[in-house]
Amino acid sequence: MNKVFNNADEAISDIPDNAMLMLGGFGLCGIPENSIAALVRKGVKGLTCISNNAGVDNFGIGLMLQTRQVKKMISSYVGENAEFERQMLSGELEVDLIPQGTLAERCRAGGAGIPAFFTPAGYGTEVAIGKEVREFNGKKYIMELGLTADFAIVKAWKGDRLGNLVYKGTARNFNPLMAMAGKITIAEVEELVDPCELDPNFIHTPGIFVQRIFQGVNYEKRIEKRTVRKTAQ
Amino acid sequence: MLDKFGIAKRISQELKDGYYVNLGIGIPTLVANYIPEGITVILQSENGLLGMGPYPEEGSEDPDMINAGKETITYIPGSAVFDSADSFAMIRGKHIHFTVLGAMEVSEKGDIASWKIPGKMVKGMGGAMDLVASAENIMVAMMHTNKEGESKLLPECNLPLTGVNCVRKIVTELCVMDVTPDGFKLIERAPGVSVEEIIAKTAGKLIVEGEIPEMVI
Repeated sequence: MNKVFNNADEAISDIPDNAMLMLGGFGLCGIPENSIAALVRKGVKGLTCISNNAGVDNFGIGLMLQTRQVKKMISSYVGENAEFERQMLSGELEVDLIPQGTLAERCRAGGAGIPAFFTPAGYGTEVAIGKEVREFNGKKYIMELGLTADFAIVKAWKGDRLGNLVYKGTARNFNPLMAMAGKITIAEVEELVDPCELDPNFIHTPGIFVQRIFQGVNYEKRIEKRTVRKTAQ
Repeated sequence: MLDKFGIAKRISQELKDGYYVNLGIGIPTLVANYIPEGITVILQSENGLLGMGPYPEEGSEDPDMINAGKETITYIPGSAVFDSADSFAMIRGKHIHFTVLGAMEVSEKGDIASWKIPGKMVKGMGGAMDLVASAENIMVAMMHTNKEGESKLLPECNLPLTGVNCVRKIVTELCVMDVTPDGFKLIERAPGVSVEEIIAKTAGKLIVEGEIPEMVI
């Protein structure tokens, strides 16, 4: 078994045009920076990207929007990206906006072999249009489908050669759920370590969900909104 | 009349010891600054943090530690981090006791619109639809009127809905209102605001019973 790739370009080299991708991250936190840069270099087109956000204009998935590599986005919040909003309002980009908890659960369900589930989120709104409604204990729920993707691309703090992953802070977000839902899951990590170095009690994503892993380089980890408190003088 | 800090301060009076609380972006975030002395409230950030601390000191910002508004934040003793599915299990599973969010419009039935102006602005619903569909105790913090001076408290929402029949209480710069089966019910006036002004700026059905006290903040 060898899951280790040398770099992002090798790990994503067989992603074809029109692929369905999941990309982890919340805002710019915990996004697979190296893989996004490699996708831009490869120039793969017609992508459907499932990701909570679409980055900002010049970082994250925003970079792939600028190069028009994305045909469709499936996201919950796109407020921080002017180019995204422009492409969406002009109809150049197809967009499915879905509630954040529904997006997370759809990935988890898809990865866990659950084809569909019922959630109250979106009942009575345009999100519910065309979806089955059922009542349980007097409350209305809509049916949502599990999601899988051709490739899930996630970012972790540490990982080992068997694909076991550990995330840091709020950079975890959608990454473990998408790792479960990828037919092929590619993990980029800040530190690739030997299997004996990670404590089995503290693994967040067990290696069975990860098919490819590589150590990323030159992480920029851009901060979207730098907020600080006044220090006492 | 209240400013945005006053609205946040008034909302903070609703907090109770032991509450797990989700605060939305904007005025709701400010509520964290006014948690009453002597009670413990744990803040949840739906991107995957329970026990949200203050902003970091200059120089110790961590790009891996942000809140749902993408601002850098810190842990406090007892914090926990988790993935987005666990986060929304807390929300959908009614483990969160109190939710405060902003809105563009609220109807007299408690419907809320907050995520889209067709053809003009689409930010997405983020976690708001999950929150309003599940939480028992939903409070809206917003201005009473929009930039054109039109009431945001309506018989029916005009904009695409975020959720139906879910808002329990509203705090604006003018007043506090409960949402009842019969419409908005005026509970308190902001300092210096008359009942007549509140009536004039509320387009939905407003119930005014007896003397309306001025709020104490």
